[in-house]
Amino acid sequence: MAYTRDEQFWTGVRWLGFGATFLFMVFPIFWMVITSFKVARDAYSTKVIFTPTLNNFISIFQDPYNFGPLLFNSVVVSILTVAIAIPAATCAGYAFSRYQFKTKNALMVAVLSSQFVPPVVVVLPFFTLFRTLHLLDTRIALVILNLSFVLPFAVWMIKGFVDALPEDIESAAVVDGCNRFQVLRHITLPLIMPGVVTSAVFGFIQSWNEFLFALILTNRKAVTLTVGLMGLHTDKGILWEHMAAAGMLIMVPIFILSFTIREYFIEGLTMGAVK
Amino acid sequence: MTSTKREKNVKWVLMAPTLIILIGTTLYPFIYSFITSFRFWKLTRSPAPGGFIGFDNYIRAFGDAGFWNSVWVTIVFTVISVVLSMVIGLAIALILERATKLNTFMKSLLIFPFAMAPALKGYSWRFMLNPDYGIIDAMIDAVFPFMADVVWLGEPYWAVFWLAMTEIWGWAPYIALVFIGALGALPRETLNAAKVDGASTFQIFWYITLPQLKPIIIMVGLLKTIFSVKMFDQVVTLTGGGPGRATETLNYYVYTQGFKFYDMGYASALAYILVTTMFIFAFLYVRFLMKGEQG
Repeated sequence: MAYTRDEQFWTGVRWLGFGATFLFMVFPIFWMVITSFKVARDAYSTKVIFTPTLNNFISIFQDPYNFGPLLFNSVVVSILTVAIAIPAATCAGYAFSRYQFKTKNALMVAVLSSQFVPPVVVVLPFFTLFRTLHLLDTRIALVILNLSFVLPFAVWMIKGFVDALPEDIESAAVVDGCNRFQVLRHITLPLIMPGVVTSAVFGFIQSWNEFLFALILTNRKAVTLTVGLMGLHTDKGILWEHMAAAGMLIMVPIFILSFTIREYFIEGLTMGAVK
Repeated sequence: MTSTKREKNVKWVLMAPTLIILIGTTLYPFIYSFITSFRFWKLTRSPAPGGFIGFDNYIRAFGDAGFWNSVWVTIVFTVISVVLSMVIGLAIALILERATKLNTFMKSLLIFPFAMAPALKGYSWRFMLNPDYGIIDAMIDAVFPFMADVVWLGEPYWAVFWLAMTEIWGWAPYIALVFIGALGALPRETLNAAKVDGASTFQIFWYITLPQLKPIIIMVGLLKTIFSVKMFDQVVTLTGGGPGRATETLNYYVYTQGFKFYDMGYASALAYILVTTMFIFAFLYVRFLMKGEQG
């Protein structure tokens, strides 16, 4: 079939749009990446050709910035949050998907809505509570609050993956005399594993990127990477070459994680919305 | 499947950990903040909550210019960020709709802006907008020389715009992915029939595709509105609320009242005004989602 002028025009527009999208999405990331390899003098310029250095990555781990403990805090808080949230969410997501009961809709709405409570509302009472309990500036305080937004999302996401699994697969096992826990553990769980892993990765990213709670609840010992960025905002101004290196430290692990599971990731993220 | 009494209890056992955690981390602060919003409580004066003062904290908000400013900033920010991220998101979706190899690769790249820490987004754009060495500033100055003197984050309206831009940069790709999924699920027959009848590409989009996407557009719009009203991190890292108070969103204003002035009572009342607003959008969103769930 010959292309009409209309089609030719839109093909052109599509290619232009493709280029624009690529630039818009990738350029800010590209700029941070190259800045992280620049010496200070080059960082404060728009140069694209420069002699790269790894010094920024070394100096953010040294005095006075010391990103080592911050990295450790971010890793511990994110892993602990996921380790608590995902098993709980898997059980709840399974129950919401497979059982019909009177309070089900109300409970599901409650779980879903809890995501929409502004974090600042959550943190106000916890700030005074943690102050009384001497839990301010601890990693456990961050884990507790991160659960408030990681858990509801994970429940909803895992429920979607269980929904997509035909119930017949389980019925056979129930007839064979397995109880619900055995069914969940030996039949359902292996089949929804991609969904569980996706939710875990997503939960990890959410806690890793979390900023507000860490900003308010930590000041020295439990500071995480995202809040640590503010330490590079000094009296002398913002140290951009260090900021870019610290930015790499925050963004590269997340990019690797989400890229390795990209297909499930896109599916999991868009599932709830498209249905 | 048989529904014995034991079977009935199983579901509660399965849901218990989640429900307990959420009661502790969401319901408890939700109720506690509500009670605190009716109290006088400045942490600078006493660690224990003071007496109940009725609606005084709420009444105070209505006479507080800072509060009204933050409401206005939130509205402007939300409108810009929702509209632009939806329009750009839809445009990207239409560009990447066909499942070619190149498009699949681009789709994976779309995850990156979305997955980047919002606090980092703020700093990254702040760097690029710097009037002396910022790359975006340099690009704009090259194309529009008359804008060379604009200090992007120093002008109130531009500051709000760029604040919205950081949000759009992260969210448009996610919205694009949702729309790509939705476009793939649309029925092909009407499209082909329209093509045979000689409809132009634009007519097909405007009269067929767009109306079919309406439910998903409403849903994504509501979701994005909720997250725009919740946005906080970039205010701290991009503008710090400035210039002046030009980018103090309601969320940020609650934060300053609570954790700079330590006025827990007033901050809680402001937070509840925020909650009420969010609740309206959340209610619409949840109702929409549950309808899809049953149908």
